[in-house]
Order: sequence, then structure tokens, then C-alpha cells
Amino acid sequence: MSETLVEVKNLKQYFPVKAGFGKTIPLKAVDDISFEVGKGETLGLVGESGCGKTTAGRSMLRLYTPTAGEVLFDGVPVTDKNIMHMRKQMQMVFQDPYSSLDPRMTVEDIIGEPLDVHHLCSNRKERREKILELMNYVGLNAEHARRYAHEFSGGQRQRIGIARALAVDPQFIVCDEPVSALDVSIQAQVINMFEELQDKLGVAYLFIAHDLLVVHHISKRIAVMYLGKIVEIADSDELNRHPIHPYTESLLSAVPIPDPDVTRARQRIILEGDVPSPLKRPTGCPFRTRCRHAAEQCAQECPSLTDRGGDHQVACWVR
Amino acid sequence: MSECLLSVQDLHTSFFTDAGEVQAVNGVSFDLNPGEILGIVGESGSGKSVTAYSIMQILAGTGRITGGRILFKGQDLSKWSEKQMQGFRGKNCSMIFQDPMTSLNPVFTIGDQMREAVVLHTDRRGAAADARVKELLELVGINEPEKRMKQYPFEHSGGMRQRVMIAMALACEPDILIADEPTTALDVTIQAQILELMQSLQKKMGMAVILVTHDLGVIADMCDNIIVMYGGRICERGTAREIFYNPKHEYTKGLLRSIPNVNNMKKKLVPIAGTPINMLNLPKGCAFCPRCDSAMKICLAQVPEEIMISEDHKASCWMNVRAAYEEVIGK
Amino acid sequence: MENNGLPKKNPLSLQLDLSKFSQESFAPATDEEKRQQDVMSKSTTFFRDGMRKLFKNPLAVISLILLAAILLTIIIAPMVVPYSYEEILSVNGKRDKGAKNLAPFTYSQMEQKYIDQGGERFPHIFGTDEQCRDYFIRVVYATRISLFIGFFASIIVLIIGMLYGSISGYMGGRADLIMMRVVDVIYSLPDMLMIILLQVVLNERLQFPAGSFLSRMGTSMVSLFIVFGLLYWVGMARLIRGQILSIKENEYVLAARSIGAKPGRIIRKHIIPNCLSVIVISSALQIPSATFTESFLSFVGIGVKAPMPSLGSLANAAREGLQSYPYKLVFPAIVICLIVLSLNLLGDGLRDAFDPKLKR
Repeated sequence: MSETLVEVKNLKQYFPVKAGFGKTIPLKAVDDISFEVGKGETLGLVGESGCGKTTAGRSMLRLYTPTAGEVLFDGVPVTDKNIMHMRKQMQMVFQDPYSSLDPRMTVEDIIGEPLDVHHLCSNRKERREKILELMNYVGLNAEHARRYAHEFSGGQRQRIGIARALAVDPQFIVCDEPVSALDVSIQAQVINMFEELQDKLGVAYLFIAHDLLVVHHISKRIAVMYLGKIVEIADSDELNRHPIHPYTESLLSAVPIPDPDVTRARQRIILEGDVPSPLKRPTGCPFRTRCRHAAEQCAQECPSLTDRGGDHQVACWVR
Repeated sequence: MSECLLSVQDLHTSFFTDAGEVQAVNGVSFDLNPGEILGIVGESGSGKSVTAYSIMQILAGTGRITGGRILFKGQDLSKWSEKQMQGFRGKNCSMIFQDPMTSLNPVFTIGDQMREAVVLHTDRRGAAADARVKELLELVGINEPEKRMKQYPFEHSGGMRQRVMIAMALACEPDILIADEPTTALDVTIQAQILELMQSLQKKMGMAVILVTHDLGVIADMCDNIIVMYGGRICERGTAREIFYNPKHEYTKGLLRSIPNVNNMKKKLVPIAGTPINMLNLPKGCAFCPRCDSAMKICLAQVPEEIMISEDHKASCWMNVRAAYEEVIGK
Repeated sequence: MENNGLPKKNPLSLQLDLSKFSQESFAPATDEEKRQQDVMSKSTTFFRDGMRKLFKNPLAVISLILLAAILLTIIIAPMVVPYSYEEILSVNGKRDKGAKNLAPFTYSQMEQKYIDQGGERFPHIFGTDEQCRDYFIRVVYATRISLFIGFFASIIVLIIGMLYGSISGYMGGRADLIMMRVVDVIYSLPDMLMIILLQVVLNERLQFPAGSFLSRMGTSMVSLFIVFGLLYWVGMARLIRGQILSIKENEYVLAARSIGAKPGRIIRKHIIPNCLSVIVISSALQIPSATFTESFLSFVGIGVKAPMPSLGSLANAAREGLQSYPYKLVFPAIVICLIVLSLNLLGDGLRDAFDPKLKR
């Protein structure tokens, strides 16, 4: 793995939730996670709803103030003091192309806002040129600059969002389910664009998604989350071939594969029951309530990530 | 050949909006045999959901069937009165919807809602109805059915609610089950549970299933026969293997190239150019033409006719006609 | 179907009449030809789109026309009609006592004599009142006053309500909680009582410089404005706070934060513009309400001070002679109805046209 760009250390994000008169209990959305993203690389972050992947992405960018732990960018901790500077290095692309763009702003204004906030352009001409350059990068026509967001299709809106994120020349972009709301034929366009931008500009991504096939395609390494904890991190091909954690196994076997012979030949591992609520997390390992191999130790203590060789880390007592 | 259960013939459905007529379905025809699992796959705007809604005749206010016939056991549904349709819905044909969060009424208990389905279409009442509800809940794998019956939808997760929906749909053992994106809103592991459930129920009860979805993986997994739709028309139809391994329509080929390849996950995706079709302004010829790399002059001018590729594979693409033509003149 | 014998390569020759086609049909289509399908629709802004919808609504268009007609009348009438609202009619310099309570379009005896002698006399379109003043011009002035009060009261309500609501909504948490409890308390205060009390107090305390605008308005008008400023903004504040709470949840606000925008910028550039349509609509609906309140107050005698007319005070004065001169009540009442009705319909039309249905 190349040089580390972003390092997350023991990040915790708890939200107070009202429970009865005057009492609040913490919703442990992200519970002590640690990982690294290398320069110019993509780390995929997968998990189902409630696992905390979106929260993790937002905490990294300090959109929520982390409850504990730290985020290091190029070795420097991200704090409230240097957050404005960090916002030029770390950006985000959002999931819903319909609600992540202000309906009252033109494309030019949307893409130009980061330039204005950070005073990156000294005059209007320079600003206009930069905006047109960005639009060109993402494949939008210059004549669309004066139009409003609602006049574009989902794929084009997502490109506007990407152009907005690129305006400050960031080195790291958190992509929060950027293609989930798009049609299949458009997803490929946007995924390819992400890859081209990475080749051209050397941007690193944290690619958060629930579509495992897409994540596998675009990521070099993948981290699997469950109920606020990372249960496995490995190289994407390795994870697919040799998943070790029981959750990863069942997740991979549950994904429907668009290939009739392959998918029908598979042995599916069907998990019983539903994902427990983050408010009522099981003691010890969060996955033990649905795990086929659960042992006594799993109820008592939560396993932490251990290296199984070849940079493949797993948090499990049994496997 | 067994008698066809449902025969949709040249269906045309439009929505009459402020902005004009949206021709959502333009000449769709297919047959459904008893016990068959038919998948209709397409992207947003392809007309797949509208087709399903047309069969059940539950189109939104501005929608109307403007042409064609829908034959159920020989009778034309599109001409039926509302009363006749009410007898059909739930009894002969049921539907489950995409969003389990909103398709159950939040102010009634699960038991109440399921009892409604039973009481409407069978002549069980009181304790007999309750027994049937319990039976159905067990059938879909919900344990502690008595307790669940007294609970409200918000007390259940998405997967549970979808099971309840399936139970309600199967209350009268319908001949046809239409599932409109039944697992799209669910997590992957829950989706696997529900799909497995649907498969086992289908085997047990023998009903025909129309599965409408945009997820190619789900289609590959579940369906015997597949219909690919674009722009309100059928592009291609055939068995699952034929469609995935031998696609004969440029749109299908494009779709399959644009998703990650299972055998080579890092291989670069080949997207379909352009943006999805604007249903207000359908092209004169093939709906896919503006986005097609192999578009020909004839594609602009004429809607492709459906050609038989093999016994269980038909496609509506001029490329196939060209191939045949070139064979002939080559001879 | 006997296709089993056919080689897989050419299953089609039996199905189609291939003579229909030529080499030309299978020539590739150019990009130009394909692109004809891909024209982007004309650019419309949200505003233009909404205005288009508004003009399709017949009731809204009728209201607009009506309001325009009323506005035109009250602007032009004083220039055309030679009488003033407080002028007691006189002919040739002599007070015309017989010009009391004339019916519409009639003249008094003195005036009739004057006309017979060749003089010109502008007709009394609405007749005259018991003080020998031309009624039409009085109604016109009364309309001016009522609209003026309605308009400015709405502005006061808008400014205070918007400031309060946006701060409360954006800050959230404890501040929001406290601010909204204050709103609840104010909501429960009796407005009529406060107006009357204030008027009594102000009458004694306030001494406006004679002849100034404020003294002409009268203490009751001032107290009306003060009470509006104190009490009536709460509805608007709640509305704006609600809008801000819901807009705050939108992803584009989060996106703005992720870019590094400060709260001030976010409120100015993202939140307020997006609730602008709601603000405009509820202001439009505020005006008739304020006008109506003023009319009511004037009707019960605590409104505008004589001789300045207001639609309500005219209606009040008309009560006495109701049996004999019904028109004196009818005219101001109709004007009140028309104003309130058309503003309400316009407000409804605006709401229907501009209600954000932004998702396709």
C-alpha cells in the first residue's frame, strides 16, 4: 500500500437519543473504528443500513464533531481550528442527486460556491474559467452553466456534485453512495468518471456503498462494517476470494450476481433474523446474534481487528 | 402447451399530464404461463412498473390504457368494470410493492390488515379468519404469529413488513403474484431472505410470478424467462440464459457491458452513452436509437419488428435483420 | 413452429420479407441524426415556471385584474374627481346644505340650478354623506387608508417574524425551545383588549407634533401598528421556523457545510431563497387579514380618527341611516369584500403555483 494520506484512529461517533423523561442514551453509530486510505487509492466501505458507514464518512469530514478518536490528514490531526484548511483537502460527494444541489442556484453558482468560500479566484473572469474547466472535466457542456439543477437528469446532477467537490482541488473525496440513486446505464458513466479523475488528478477516495459488485470494481481495498464496527479489511480481490469473517461470507453470498449459472450454483448462506437496532447492541461481538459460529467468548468480549497475513485484518474470535 | 394464464396483447398505456401525453407503455405483448416466473427488467422510465399497474388496473388518476388487450384465462381485463376488477385483485392476482415502510397502513395492526384481505375474498369469518391469518404468517416464516398479529407496522423491520405484505398477497392463493421491486428498499442480507422465501413459496403454491425490477442480479437469480424493456417497448425476451449469455438487442448488450463482470471485476466498464429517454418525446423509430453505438438509418425511421432468434428468444433490433440480410445477399 | 431444422445463423429468412430492405437502410446513422432527439427543453427558472402556472389559474387571474382595477381607481380618482374627502360641498363658494345624503348620480337643488345656468359639476358617483361630502372620493380615500394599513402592517409582521423565526429555526436546541415558548405566550394574549388598552394609554401620553403625518393618522392607528408589531408576527415566525427546520435537513445544506460555508452564508444563500415563495404567499395572505382587522376596529369605533375615512368607519357611520340610505353601507362593504376576496384568492393561487414540487 502506498503512502498513507488519511488515517482514522479509534473514531467514535455517538448521538444522544431521548429515552424517557430527561434521560438520554447514546446511539453508537460509529464505535471505535480505525483504518487508513493511501494516496491516490480507493478504500471501499460497505455494510448494510445502520452499520454507520455514512456517519463514518461525515465524521471524518467533521460534519459531526467526533465523540472520540482522531482523523489525521497527511499526519496532521483534523481539528476545529484547521478545519477550513482541511476542507480544501477533503471533500464529499453525496448520494441523492436531487437533494444535494440547491434548487435555487444555477450550475455556475453551485460549482463556484467553494471557490467563493475559500476565495480561490481573484476576479470574475478567473472564476468563470475555473468553473468551465471543472465542467469540462466532468463532461458537462459549457452552455449549461446558466441552467438550474432541476433541468438535468440524475447522472448529470451527480456530475455537477463531483465538479463542486473538485473545485478546491482536494486530495481526498468521501463518496457517499454516489451511484446508488442512478440508473444502471448511467452508473457506469459516473463510475468511469471517478476512475478517470483518480488517474488524472491522483485523488484518493473513500467509496461508501452497499452495492458490493460496484465497490469491488472500483476499490483497491474494502472495509466491511457491521453495527458501527469494522469487522474485516482486505484487498478487494482477496476479500472476494477468501472472506474470513462470517458476516462478510454471508454478505458476499447474498449478493445476487447478474450471471444465471454462477448465481444459481452458489451456496447461499442465509442469515436468520434482522439487524439489531443500534440502540440495543448485543454485548461482546455485535454479530454474534446472527452468527452460525458464535461461541461463549463472543458474548463476553468484542474482538478487535487482527492481521491474518497479507494485510488482511479480521475481528473475530472463532475464525 | 398448457393454456396461457395471462396474455397481454399490444398494450398501450399513457398518462395525460399538464405537460402532454406521456406514452409510458407502447405496444407490449407477452404471455404468462401457470407456475412461470417472469422477470421484467428495465430502468426508470422503461414502462415496466406501469405495465404491472396496468394489469392490476391501479394506474394513477391521469393514467389510462389506450389500446390493446389483457386476457386473463381468455377474458379481456381492460374492459372490465371496477367491480369485476375488485373481484380479480387479491383473489386471482395480487401485488406486492417496493417500499415496505409505506405500503402498510400505520394505524392498523398487522392482524387487522391481514384479516381484511382474508375476509374480503374468502368466506371465513371470526375465528376461522384468525386461524387463516396465523397460518399465513407462519407460511412466510414469521414466528410468534399471535404476538405479531397484535402489533403495529412501525414495530417491525423492513424485512418483516415485506413478509407481511407477501402473506397478505397470498391470503387467497392467487394465480398470479406481481412483485414490483420487492427487495429494492431492503438490505442485501434481508433481500436474500425474501427472495429465498418467494422462491420456496412459489414452489409450494405453484402460482405464476411477474417480478418487476431493475436489478440484473435479482433477475438472473430468480427468473425463468426475462423481458427487457426500454422506452415503453420490449427490446428482447427469452430465457435467463439466452438473455445473459446471448443478448441480441443493443440495449441488453449495453447493459451487460456496463455492469462489473463477475469473472474480471477490475475490467473497465463500458457505459451506454447519453441520458435516459424522455417519455414525453418518443423518437419515431427505435426508442434506444439515440444512445446506440450501432444505430443505422432504418433505426431512426422505423420501430423494429420482433424477430425470433430461437424458440425461446425474440428480439426487436434491426441489427438482427441486417445480419440476416447480409447473409442472404452474401449467398 | 418449425424452426428446429434451421441453422442458428439464419433463423430470420422465413419470418421477414427481406426484399423490403436495401443496403441503404442499414447504413450507420450519423451523430447529427441521433442528436435531434436529445434537445434540452427551454430553460425556465422556478419563478417563470410558477408565473406560467399562476396565469393558467382563472380565479387568480380574475383577482389580479380586480386588484389592478382597484389600485388604478384609487390612484387616478383624486386626480379626476374635483372633490376632496373632507370638503363640504359648496356651490359658487356658498355652503350647500341641501347636498346631504344625496343618492348616487343625483344633484342637490343648488347644484341643479348651477348646472342649468351652464356650469359644470362632476357627478356624485356614490352620492354624498350626511356631512355633505362627496361619498365616492371618501370611499376612494378610505380604500387607500385601508390598503396602506394592511400593507404596512404586513411588512412589520414580515420583518419581525422572519428575523425571529429564522434565528430560532437555524439555531435549534435550547435557544429554539425558549424562543418558541415566548411565541406561545404571545399567541395567547387577547389582541383586541391590548389594542383598546394601548389606545387609551397612548391617547394620554403621546403628543404628536400637530399637522404631522402621525397626528393625522391618530393615536388609534399608531397603537394599531404597535400592536401588530407586538402580537401579530408570531404566526409568521412559526411558519418561517418550520420552513427553516425542514430546509435545514436538506442535503444541499450539508453540502454547503462540507464546502466550508459559515452559518451566515448558509442562511443567506441557501435557506432564505428557498423559503421565499412561502414568505411571499403568506405575506399576500396577511394583507387582507390586516385590512379586515382594521375595518373591524374602525367599525367598532376605535379605528381611524375623523375626518380621515376608512372603510370600516364609513360602514359604521352608515349604520344610522341604513333604512333610508342603504347605499352608504353597501359601497364600503363591497369594496372591503372585493379587496379581501381577491387578495385571498391571489394568495391561494400563488401557493398552488409556487408550491415546491421540485422532484421530477
